[in-house]
Amino acid sequence: MIETERAASLAAPGPGERLRLLFVRLFVRLGVLPFLLLVAVVVFASLSENFLTLRNLTNVVRQAVYLLIVSLGQMLALLTGGFDLSVGTILALTSVVGASAMAAAHAAFPDLPWLSILLGSLAGLSAGTAIGVANGLGVALFGVSPFIMTLGMASVGFGIALYLTGGVPVYGMPREFGEVFGFGELLGVPVPILVTVLFVLVMLVLVYRTRLGRSFYAVGGNVKAARLSGIDTRRVLFTTYVLCAFLASIGGLLLTARLDTGEANIGASMPLESIAACVIAGVSLRGGVGRVENVVLGALFIVLVQNGMNLARIESYLQTVVLGLLLILAVIADQLRLRLMASLRA
Amino acid sequence: MLGDEPARGWFLDPGAARRIARELLERLGFPLDPDARVEGLARAEQQMVEIAKAFRTAPKVLVLDEPTASLTEREARRLLALVDQLKARGVGILYITHRMGEIRRIGDRVTVLRDGKKIATVPASTSEDELVRLMTGRAIEQIFPPLPAVPEGPPVLRAQELTTRSGSVLGASFQLRAGEILGFAGLVGSGKSEAARAVFGVEPLAAGRVWLDGAPVEPLAPASMLARGVLYLPPDRREEGLAMMRPARENMTMAALDRPELGPGPWLGRFKEARLAHELARRIELRPANPERAVELFSGGNQQKVLFARALARPVRLLMLDEPTVGVDMATRASLYRLIVELAEKGTAILLVSSDLPEILHLSHRVLVFHRGRIRAELEGAAIGEEAVLQHFFEREAA
Repeated sequence: MIETERAASLAAPGPGERLRLLFVRLFVRLGVLPFLLLVAVVVFASLSENFLTLRNLTNVVRQAVYLLIVSLGQMLALLTGGFDLSVGTILALTSVVGASAMAAAHAAFPDLPWLSILLGSLAGLSAGTAIGVANGLGVALFGVSPFIMTLGMASVGFGIALYLTGGVPVYGMPREFGEVFGFGELLGVPVPILVTVLFVLVMLVLVYRTRLGRSFYAVGGNVKAARLSGIDTRRVLFTTYVLCAFLASIGGLLLTARLDTGEANIGASMPLESIAACVIAGVSLRGGVGRVENVVLGALFIVLVQNGMNLARIESYLQTVVLGLLLILAVIADQLRLRLMASLRA
Repeated sequence: MLGDEPARGWFLDPGAARRIARELLERLGFPLDPDARVEGLARAEQQMVEIAKAFRTAPKVLVLDEPTASLTEREARRLLALVDQLKARGVGILYITHRMGEIRRIGDRVTVLRDGKKIATVPASTSEDELVRLMTGRAIEQIFPPLPAVPEGPPVLRAQELTTRSGSVLGASFQLRAGEILGFAGLVGSGKSEAARAVFGVEPLAAGRVWLDGAPVEPLAPASMLARGVLYLPPDRREEGLAMMRPARENMTMAALDRPELGPGPWLGRFKEARLAHELARRIELRPANPERAVELFSGGNQQKVLFARALARPVRLLMLDEPTVGVDMATRASLYRLIVELAEKGTAILLVSSDLPEILHLSHRVLVFHRGRIRAELEGAAIGEEAVLQHFFEREAA
């Protein structure tokens, strides 16, 4: 395919036309993200001299891990042709339940902080993943559209999180939790980043090297074809939402460690941001198309833009505006790309 | 009425619309209720609505594209009479059909198109063999490979009294031996496709049982049928066949993901899969021969080949092909037919569901003709002829 592309671009008449064609082909091949990334770096570097420093960029990565982990899960939902609007709620519920359980256990066994951390984390992960189980049952078994199912569960989960805490942040977790999973470092690398790298690697293997991973693409590519090919599409869909919730839950735990409190209000922007990260990274909303490594870049890009806007002192309310516009732009670019792809076939 | 609604000012005039619709249906002699919802009508009745829509505007030229494809013989005859009427009134008719009988019945001149090119225009009295030659560009023997003899043996598949829940198949029983090609013929909606789908467990059954190699299979479901070496390839590659955005490789191996050849346990061996995909691409003569290309970017014929490759990606004892060559050029047809016959030679039992009459006639050892959900006739060997098959397609004449 590379050969034909090169041949075609060489055969095109005129240097201007050739450049345009090359640009179009690059766009079709790589998607919108590299171009956006380039623009963002140039713009923010010119707006603030602090932007392109190692310290700042490390900061970006550090801030990006939460969105990144959630986006990995969101990608699975998008791959199968759905999406998960309840990821924010999953973060919140994980945080509240995890923190409450951890604080309770810590109060009971003050000498065993790691036992409390383990129990609390398990409680948080279970609560968050339970939302995914509900989503999965609704979508796979009862055929509820992912939009309604996850929107409904977002409300259910958020309500539970608020009810459990009365809207008040939960304190009283062992100090070690925040020290290690929020601010800790191992061999000079922040622990949250290490955890994230671990999950990215797991996802790479899962998605590209296992039968289950292939099933996500098959179900999203054509659910009827997948069914006729003997793939248990219901099980795949169920697994998708459970995994998505589990990953969001991990993100919730890490964020709780970072904040050192359990809060029901974290994660409100997660559904939009994670979908934006995926779509900008070329994950198709129609399902069946998307790559893990691009989603990693997509999540980094979103946080990079937020960081750049912070440095450029753009008000946070306006940042939300920019983020929404970016999402829409990415979808438009995706459509354009499909049309160009169709015109380039033959 | 859509697009030309009778109206007063900005508002629709449902009264006038109903009156016009009733007159129209009466004039055409279609026994339809103008207020019935189209989705609740039978396929033939839907076709009538479509035709009535065309007659509303008193056209000068009327293009009819396979208008009788889903009509019963009586309905079809009424339609053809209507066409005669219009012709007498000076309306030019462009009638697209693959039915030889209709060409002779209403045609004056016949233009044969093939692969997007006009081949010839001949008088409608031209002999059938000549028309087939023009349509296919070669003699029939060159397209269809000779059928191998069917070895004696117990049936691979035995289906008894299959009745689908939707009533599309009513009490169909059939069996199929290894190496045999069994054709399912009949009109669209005759139940021929649904019978095959029922065997694969896609169409829910109300009654009936299926035996594979003498053992009853229960429950019927695609995954368990695949595990037993049964594969069904659907008729509409876009709708149910292929994941268009995914590479040819993934589409070819989609039904083989449970095979141990592709890797141990949950793992999917990338190189093993790539090697298999290359091998399959070679066997089906994929053009361009790049299995990594998205299926969407291949021509229709090559897409159909990719779908067919699923049957080669794993051992298949019974292959059910539903319209395997729909919308496919002659060269691809010829190579697909060769692959089908090769599989049969190796002992695969093949169930061929097709609306393409030449395909049924030349590629089947045995033909079952479906009509309104029931098996109307069984023809074997030399008895398989166009007249013999077609005769069972339609309502029987009232004696």
